[in-house]
Amino acid sequence: MPYQTGLAMLANTATIILVLLGLFFFVAGTVGLLRFPDLHSRLHALTKADNLGLGLVTLGLAFQMDDAWSVAKLVLIWLLAVLAAATVAQLVARAALSRLPGADGRGDEP
Amino acid sequence: MMAFFYLAAVVLLLTVAASLWRIYLGPTRADRMMSAQLIGTSGVGIMLLLAAAQGNEAILDAALILALLAAFAAVAFVKSSSADGAGDREEEDD
Repeated sequence: MPYQTGLAMLANTATIILVLLGLFFFVAGTVGLLRFPDLHSRLHALTKADNLGLGLVTLGLAFQMDDAWSVAKLVLIWLLAVLAAATVAQLVARAALSRLPGADGRGDEP
Repeated sequence: MMAFFYLAAVVLLLTVAASLWRIYLGPTRADRMMSAQLIGTSGVGIMLLLAAAQGNEAILDAALILALLAAFAAVAFVKSSSADGAGDREEEDD
């Protein structure tokens, strides 16, 4: 372990805690996707939890970036992901509710 | 720190594997689309972790593109769910 200044150690600690929290939310969302009984609860579990997880991972990694531009790019990626997930969750839920076969959970396989 | 980032990336790879399992199970097309969405989000997370582990800023650009493509894929799915490709239920409700 090389010598670390106090500030670098603080940044590393913050990174580890935030990334671990983010991974927890990723895993929680994935377990929800696998275990929940019907489409709309799976949709609910997935679209909230994993984007919160991505946000926490992003926040944790922001402590490791060298310059402000990289941090800005990280924030941009997260904003795009959140915006897309919020829109897509509504669209997919509506499409599944109205039109797609098998929205009652029986499946659309022949 | 580098080993920690790689370990975190492996955990995210496991969530990708889990969503592949959900794609296999189905049962509806919307389930499979949401799994693809999770693969997109996890893939972005993996790329961010790799960028931090390797100190390579270019991976951030690739992550940005992946986030954009995941959103486009879901929008294309919703549009394909109606015959005319509009994908908007409210247009035809009257």
